[in-house]
Amino acid sequence: MSTTTTVTTAPASAPVQVGDQWYPIRRTAEALLAPIAALAGAAILFSIFLLCLGASPADFLDLVWRGAFGSWFSIQNTVQRAAPLLLTALCVAIPGQLGLVIIGGEAAVVLGGLAATVAALPLINTSPIIVWAAMAIAGSAMGAFWVGISGWLRAKLNVNEVIASLVLSYIGLALFNHFVEGLLRDPASLNKPSTYGIGDENMLDTVPWLDVHPGLPIGILACLICWVLIYRTSFGFASRVTGGNIRAAQLQGLPVTKLILLACAIGGGCAGLAGAIEVAAEYGRSNASLNAGYGYTGILIAFLARFNPLAIMPMAILLGGLGAAGGLLQRRMGLPDATIQVLQGLIFVSILASDTLYGRFRWFQPRGGA
Amino acid sequence: MEAIGTVLLAMLAGSLRVSTPFLFVSLGECLTEKSGRINLGNEGVLVLGAMVAYATSYETGSPWAGVAAAAVAGLLLGGLHGAICSLARVNDVAMGIAIMLAGTGIAFFLGKPYVQPSATLLTGIPFGFWSDNAQVRNALSVCPLFLLGIAAAIALHWCFNATRVGLRVRIVGDSQDAALALGLPIDRTRFLATACGSALAGIGGAFLSLYYPGSWNEGLSSGQGLMAVALVVFSRWNPINCIYASLLFGAAGALGPSLQTVGITWGYYLFYAAPYIFTLVVLIITARGGRSLRGMPGQLSIGR
Repeated sequence: MSTTTTVTTAPASAPVQVGDQWYPIRRTAEALLAPIAALAGAAILFSIFLLCLGASPADFLDLVWRGAFGSWFSIQNTVQRAAPLLLTALCVAIPGQLGLVIIGGEAAVVLGGLAATVAALPLINTSPIIVWAAMAIAGSAMGAFWVGISGWLRAKLNVNEVIASLVLSYIGLALFNHFVEGLLRDPASLNKPSTYGIGDENMLDTVPWLDVHPGLPIGILACLICWVLIYRTSFGFASRVTGGNIRAAQLQGLPVTKLILLACAIGGGCAGLAGAIEVAAEYGRSNASLNAGYGYTGILIAFLARFNPLAIMPMAILLGGLGAAGGLLQRRMGLPDATIQVLQGLIFVSILASDTLYGRFRWFQPRGGA
Repeated sequence: MEAIGTVLLAMLAGSLRVSTPFLFVSLGECLTEKSGRINLGNEGVLVLGAMVAYATSYETGSPWAGVAAAAVAGLLLGGLHGAICSLARVNDVAMGIAIMLAGTGIAFFLGKPYVQPSATLLTGIPFGFWSDNAQVRNALSVCPLFLLGIAAAIALHWCFNATRVGLRVRIVGDSQDAALALGLPIDRTRFLATACGSALAGIGGAFLSLYYPGSWNEGLSSGQGLMAVALVVFSRWNPINCIYASLLFGAAGALGPSLQTVGITWGYYLFYAAPYIFTLVVLIITARGGRSLRGMPGQLSIGR
């Protein structure tokens, strides 16, 4: 029995019959309503959790709103967190089109950031444009390489990509620590081992007028490009066919190996770019701050968005907002910082469980016309 | 020469010491995978088990109550995974990641008050009483949970090969069609296998917080729950082999700290990654066989 793990449980597109012109709309409604139902379910579960602890869900919601979107400062905070999440979610969503579950985005972020720093260091006295270009190229190349290993192992050696990418993630973090605390360490960084800085003049500024994190427009652009790539190119079509049924794709003569490698490289490149941007815009150097769990939250966002790059944008803002509200929750309600993690876990569980809703309701299904 | 001896002894000690969580999680994962499902959520179960065990031991003063509580916590979280995966079209690999996130989140949340206080820990059984060498004595002080784990492995092996229950689990895991034809309750079998497997993983977590390293903090687990998946592949889904595999992984994990004891501090982080590199190598070697891995349950989704 074929046990192809199709993560994208997109409804098997039944042949649209004559006289059912509303079916595409109902199908979209189903795709929107199921995640919303899942989010509502997670909210209810989390409210019960809070009530058990004697905290008020209404207060919680109010604080999340204020902490995430209530003021210009909190919106900036939200956007700052959402920017790398856009890219790390793509790292999961693009290989996800082929039915692969890549969970090694975290290592791609930190190694991408490290590679970008290394590329920038010899160029710091040239112009910032050159530095930024070098950082972007080095960061994405490193990320593409690192996630590409998982893809290569999957395509060539039939190694399960979930475990491989996770193990590679741990190895990548070890490599990062090895270099940051050894060869590349700036001896002046005592408490928090860091590499040498790229210099203030080479830091990315915030976006003019809006004064938000420069990663935001880049991330949005990347999402739009990836959407076109997935839904409007033959590469995307071939990937989705492969994700639907790998045997059918092979029978059609689709270059499955190449598709897997390419998808992993593109995804990894996005995550590596996120690391490079974090270095260029936030820290100015590589240190443990890069290892902030963006890769793991990206997995959640990609699943929430059902691997659709357009849906990644609102979901990244939502999760970035939750992260931004964490500090406020800690101060005002005395809830530990793991509260957000509990909520994320509940959302994740219920969004995956909601996959079972697809096709359950006749109303959403194609109807016989004729 | 002496340095090599010291390193080897330290690795043996380390292997005996750190292999227990690997053993329990791999046994649990083995049971779950035998029924045809994969549970990546055991990492979350491990962390939750560690927290629950530590908290229970602190509150009751009895570490064994902590071990039991960890098993119950694992049973519940694994049961959640098993129940949701029974629903149609739910992906067990992705759900495992979600359970991992949720489990660690809940553990960190509830475990916040227990980071500081010190609970009653399990005491080792001194098998090294015959030696005057303090290092040898130290190395051979074995946690009772390790022995329990070996007993569990033997029991599980016997169960798979000689009992009706074990046979049913294997049928469900190997061929859904055969199980259907025999009228076996597929979903219920998998649900129970997942829940019981996670209970074992929970005990592995209890070891982390109650024996070695023997404290509760948020960085307690270093991915043992996930490496267990590779370990089970390496063991060819055989519980007895899980013992050897755990010892081997434990030794790999002890490489870095052992080298430090003789003054080799270069590349600490690289040696720290040794078990992960080892996992990857194991995955590559075992995957070369292609589709028909010997001993692999036929319904396993990672075997596509």
